[in-house]
Amino acid sequence: MKFVDEFREPELITKTAEEIRRLADPTRHYRFMEVCGGHTHAIYRFGLKDLLPENIELIHGPGCPVCVLPMGRIDDGLSLAMDPNVIFAAFGDMMRVPGANGSPLEYKARGMDVRIVYSPSDALKLARTNPDRHVMFFAIGFETTAPSTALTLMRARSEGIRNFSVFCNHVTIIPAIRAILDSPDMRLDAFIGPGHVSTVIGCRPYEWIVHDEHKPIVVSGFEPLDMLQSIVMLLRQLQSGEAKVENQYKRVVPWEGNRAALRAMAEVFQLRPYFEWRGLGFISQSALRIRDEYAEWDTERRFQVPGVRVTDPKAAQCGEVLKGVLKPHQCKLFGRECTPEHPIGALMVSSEGSCAAYYNYEHRKAATASVLSSTA
Amino acid sequence: MCLAIPGKIIEISADNPDSALVDVVSVRRRVDLGLLQDDRPQPGDWVLIHVGFAMSKISEEDALDQMQTLAALGEAEAAIQEIQGYGLGEGTGAETTQEQPLVGDKLE
Repeated sequence: MKFVDEFREPELITKTAEEIRRLADPTRHYRFMEVCGGHTHAIYRFGLKDLLPENIELIHGPGCPVCVLPMGRIDDGLSLAMDPNVIFAAFGDMMRVPGANGSPLEYKARGMDVRIVYSPSDALKLARTNPDRHVMFFAIGFETTAPSTALTLMRARSEGIRNFSVFCNHVTIIPAIRAILDSPDMRLDAFIGPGHVSTVIGCRPYEWIVHDEHKPIVVSGFEPLDMLQSIVMLLRQLQSGEAKVENQYKRVVPWEGNRAALRAMAEVFQLRPYFEWRGLGFISQSALRIRDEYAEWDTERRFQVPGVRVTDPKAAQCGEVLKGVLKPHQCKLFGRECTPEHPIGALMVSSEGSCAAYYNYEHRKAATASVLSSTA
Repeated sequence: MCLAIPGKIIEISADNPDSALVDVVSVRRRVDLGLLQDDRPQPGDWVLIHVGFAMSKISEEDALDQMQTLAALGEAEAAIQEIQGYGLGEGTGAETTQEQPLVGDKLE
């Protein structure tokens, strides 16, 4: 467990944790989903569970773009990297993510031209500096990241850079939340809303959760105090029988979002009719594709993409964990066949995936404790 | 993945209003301001940066808090690495040549 005084404003954290205990009805069990993988990581990293009463359960949501990407998409993207004329560019987060025939890093080891970029603009720059080769940018991310890809494509088009394309895997958060709420085995009381996605989309897109489902949602920052304050706000709403969209992260998230970013997304992308999410299956209108006006820069239209589909091993229970039906360690493969070093399921792949976060903080802690007690 | 890194605008490029030099804990890099065109930041302003693009303006106090949060999350190093990785100069590399390590280089 982390010590509260390692955090900023420890007194305020202690007070807020006390307020949570005071507000939580001991006869109730609360299930709050934090949508964003960044929150999941922070919850484990800060040991926030130790500050919460036992009847508040945090369910880890689908907001980790690396985790929800179907394996077949990685194979599709990498199949193009076999062409010696192609440079495969992707964020570092993608490099160790396994496809059926290996990760980008393993492809690199086999001699394919695979490069890390930290920004889509850097992929475009690679295209400028390698005019006789084709640079394919493997784009992933929610609404936080999609506007940057959009603006990069707008620049490629206005500059007439034709040896550049985007393999678009951008997804949108709202349909995933809806799919989770529609799932019959899902029982949730409220949501901790994603912070940086909301910088772009603002708070309005969550209003249906309040109107249709009568569930509170609080858009939250990432510090321990932010998340605890968000939980206080959720408990207050539940106590008064209200359901509202509230913004705890006002210092970063404007209620209306970032209009320039939304315009760039609308200019370049349109919704796909459906898209597959690892662990959740097909969700309608849950991902972005590149508009016809930008078809020339769309990897999927410029090249023959095989359309690989790889099903996760049946024994992997990612879907149940993603929906909060199972805790990470309750999956049959957790910590045995499936580890962060050798991920089998989606949620073990990225440090923001709930299984990897659980493994890195809780599982290792427990393992250390048992070693210590057996040697004591 | 949704790493948001605080940086202070040092200078906006004279020939491209979407290109700014920012300072992130003493590392200077170009970032793209194109997503803030409705509310353009000025030199001295603080912004949150994600994958090379400024996403929102924030106060100096919140910027410093955000850096502390990244440190507490164990992500400060990743943030610095990311910032150092940006090679967003327009190919001349004049302002980034010395300290630009990885971008576009083949992975070893």
